[in-house]
Amino acid sequence: MEFKESQAIYLQIADHMCEQILLDKWKTEDRIPSVRELAVQLEVNPNTVMRTCEYLQQYEIIYNKRGIGYFVTPNAGKKIKQLKKERFLANELPQFFRNIYLLDIELDELKTHYEKYKKSHFR
Amino acid sequence: MISIQNLSFSYRKNKPLFENLNLQLEAGHIYGLLGKNGAGKSSLLKHIAGLLFPQQGHCKVMGFESRYRQPAFLQNLFMVPEEFYLPQVHIKGYLNTYAPFYPNFDRKAFHNYMEEFHIPVDQRLTEMSYGQKKKVLISFALAANTKALILDEPTNGLDIPSKSQFRKVIAAAVSDDKCIVISTHQVRDLDNLIDSIVIIDDHKIIFRQNVEAVTDRLCFKNVTNMAEAGNVLFSDSSIRGHAVITPNEGTEHSRIDMELLFNAVLEKRESISQIFN
Repeated sequence: MEFKESQAIYLQIADHMCEQILLDKWKTEDRIPSVRELAVQLEVNPNTVMRTCEYLQQYEIIYNKRGIGYFVTPNAGKKIKQLKKERFLANELPQFFRNIYLLDIELDELKTHYEKYKKSHFR
Repeated sequence: MISIQNLSFSYRKNKPLFENLNLQLEAGHIYGLLGKNGAGKSSLLKHIAGLLFPQQGHCKVMGFESRYRQPAFLQNLFMVPEEFYLPQVHIKGYLNTYAPFYPNFDRKAFHNYMEEFHIPVDQRLTEMSYGQKKKVLISFALAANTKALILDEPTNGLDIPSKSQFRKVIAAAVSDDKCIVISTHQVRDLDNLIDSIVIIDDHKIIFRQNVEAVTDRLCFKNVTNMAEAGNVLFSDSSIRGHAVITPNEGTEHSRIDMELLFNAVLEKRESISQIFN
């Protein structure tokens, strides 16, 4: 896995794990690879992976069965979307707002762009 | 696990290397020991391993005073020095001679590590390159399964693929009862392995924080314009823009740039340490 420069490693690992779930590589109620396996595979400190697991557990994307390991929560996909939305609103949107403010772009103008984009990409 | 109290040491009179140095290291962590050339990284590691003796103060590992080098201490500590000597024997002979000193030595693990590093086991140690010898020694060190593992510049001399193999074997070796200390200049080789940063300078430890505490308090980012950055504690400019450290004001955790942090701690020690106090 190639790590980006800006984001904390545990958050990048969280993204990576969420992707495995969204791509259905890790299915609902499956046991995910152990902290140690993930640490070796990603070449990172197991404490970092542990932090990722605690973070994802806090958002109810995975859950812990004592002594067995972490499992994918039913509805994990929904929770992931919720988490991603939260993070987007907190981190990326202010950046985006800053840009459109500096470039004098009004929300109405943006709306037409957005509708056009949706049409060409998702219909 | 490792406890150093009021350590003072000098190689020559009136030129102290350590003055009242204090450091506590716990099991379950990988510590990255950083410092300039000549700051005393290797000398500190040698004190821990019982290869140098404190002139004042104490250096204890698992309750044993390192300098007495008691068997129960030596069985549970392994150090891979930067410069080392390996005898003129086959790997098998080396194992048969040295492994019995380590009661927890795991031969199967040794062969797994050697395989991971792609080193054939039927070779004579003297027929090997420096990098290959180093990999044998690292494999031995990990297989020895000691509670304390000390690695002085372990990635020096390793080629590009073996750096990745090295990270894998270290990640596999950490456990709650082990304390791993790695000194390094090549922080980029190891920055995802290290979970606590220890910086030595000016005869003492000037910084010791875990990665979590650092990212809680500091924010590392790259900006094209310094005006965007806000309250800059430290910056390093290049063609690609400015790498800056700012206080973390409630934003998402950023990735630590250990080189930048190291330079910041050395140059702006006051303002950085204020944030952690």
